[in-house]
Amino acid sequence: MTDLIRLTDVEKSYVRGKEKIAIFDKLTMRIAEGDFVAIMGPSGSGKTTLLNLLGGTDRPDKGSIEFDGKHIEKLSEGQLTAWRSANVGFIFQFYNLMPILTAAQNVELPLLLTKLSPKKRRENVATALKIVGLEDRAKHRPREMSGGQQQRVAIARAIVSDPKLLLCDEPTGDLDRATADEILATLQTLNRELGKTIIMVTHDAEAAKFAKRTLHLDKGRFDERELAA
Amino acid sequence: MNDLALVNKNLWRKPVRTILLIVSITIAFLILSLMLSFNSAISNFHTLPTRMVTLSKINFTESLPIAHYDRIARTEGVRVATHMNWFGGYYQDPVRGFMPVFAVDPQTYFQVYSEDLQIPDAEREAFFNDRTAMLVAEPVAERWGWRVGQRIPINSNIFTNGSTGNSVWEFTLVGTIPTPSGSSQTGSVLIHYDYFNETITFGRDRIGWVPFLTTSSEVNDQVANAIDQRFANSQDETSTQDEATFNKSFAAQLGNIGLVVTLVVSAAFIAILLIVGTTMALAVRERTREVGVMKTLGFSSARVLRMVLAESILLSVLGAAFGVGAAALLLSALSGAGGGGGGPQISFAPIVIAWAGVIALLLGLVTGLPPALQAYRMRIVDAFARR
Repeated sequence: MTDLIRLTDVEKSYVRGKEKIAIFDKLTMRIAEGDFVAIMGPSGSGKTTLLNLLGGTDRPDKGSIEFDGKHIEKLSEGQLTAWRSANVGFIFQFYNLMPILTAAQNVELPLLLTKLSPKKRRENVATALKIVGLEDRAKHRPREMSGGQQQRVAIARAIVSDPKLLLCDEPTGDLDRATADEILATLQTLNRELGKTIIMVTHDAEAAKFAKRTLHLDKGRFDERELAA
Repeated sequence: MNDLALVNKNLWRKPVRTILLIVSITIAFLILSLMLSFNSAISNFHTLPTRMVTLSKINFTESLPIAHYDRIARTEGVRVATHMNWFGGYYQDPVRGFMPVFAVDPQTYFQVYSEDLQIPDAEREAFFNDRTAMLVAEPVAERWGWRVGQRIPINSNIFTNGSTGNSVWEFTLVGTIPTPSGSSQTGSVLIHYDYFNETITFGRDRIGWVPFLTTSSEVNDQVANAIDQRFANSQDETSTQDEATFNKSFAAQLGNIGLVVTLVVSAAFIAILLIVGTTMALAVRERTREVGVMKTLGFSSARVLRMVLAESILLSVLGAAFGVGAAALLLSALSGAGGGGGGPQISFAPIVIAWAGVIALLLGLVTGLPPALQAYRMRIVDAFARR
């Protein structure tokens, strides 16, 4: 299978006060197209920072990040924004839906950045909501829906522009087991049937079981055997 | 949905807060519109380049001896001069019935203000020949339902009528003066100076001010200097000015309304600038996470900046539109109910719309720019890290 993502010698550190905290030191990894990877690790191990780098919401200090053969670390801010909207869908722990918008309007948001006609946008929104099983909740606002339903709306928003990569940051961290399993099953379906490459950060070992493979990250380093597998 | 719909939804996210902000902006623009309309009404009075006015150097309320009039009329460069007194008149009610009643010298007054006194010869002669005659602007007669030939009791809130011992004078209405927009006679009520002077109990042989025509506008400065120098170091020093300047100072003396309103409007706008600016900053800060989400989804920083700016401009424009609309309605109602009342007739000036538009745009930009820049500069990572 071809690599969708290739990180080579990535270095990243943060300055907190007078202290410089190194997160990654020459991190190298590959993720194949169509993979579903769970990343686990203790707090502060660099999981969220890795998602930020993969999603182009943060930049590495050194090293390269290739997506489909394209070096995204070299893109300008504007180019990176455009790349993100076309290629990456984000799913957050706390859903991050706009409370003033209905489910359908929340899902439509990424499509405002495209040149699709309003009619085509409505069709795509309806399809995305159908995929997550919420076609009957299109006109509901987030506060009128359960946590699981809100996360489904967030998934619909993430897939509506048909990105290759889905980045999920603790997508079930705020949900009960049964609801979490439903969400994870939905992600599994997106991976298996629509070929979406999914990278999911989680603390939950049960959640990680839905992925094709699990990588453990500790102090900015992956287990070499897991990476090689 | 589009960006504008999103801006609109964000604006109405907290309806009570938005309504209160719009109300405060509306009030500021209402006051601004009234002030601009007032200034426009004053500035629109017909003026002649050769018409000047001499009044007391102290201020408009200080009278001058009648002897000044003769000396001014004989000054080289003065073609014809007249004199006027403020009567402090009202009909029935001191507030609702207030009207600018002027005691004038009829013949010379008609010469100095001939262009605005186009009335039938019979009415003019009747005014000249009857010392108790009164001429009024048409809207005044219409408002009170007065008819020519009627005896009208006019009160003074300054003078006492020596012949009756009270403050009422009776006048015979002998004619009405048409007052198209800008007429110098707008709202005026004219009575005879001689009758007034003979019946008042104090201030006799004093005049309020002296309007006059010069032989040419080129000699205006020379005439003004000659008059003011002539009375320099006397008990009644004078100040001579052109008619436009006098009109403005006259209106200002009515209560320095312009200054008061300017101060009120300025204070209101500064307060609103702070309130709206702070509220917008707070509103965007409350949405830090949402700004982060939008940028994550692919909204560029410039687009987010435009949306925040659009929101504050929309807020200002809504407030301005309501304020200007309220002023137009208010002035229309006042004009309908009180046409012919005292002072200049204030009607809604179309220039207000242009000014309000410009000021609303500036208000929106100034109040929206700091939070818009904050949103523009916000890094996605920081937006999600902030609690």
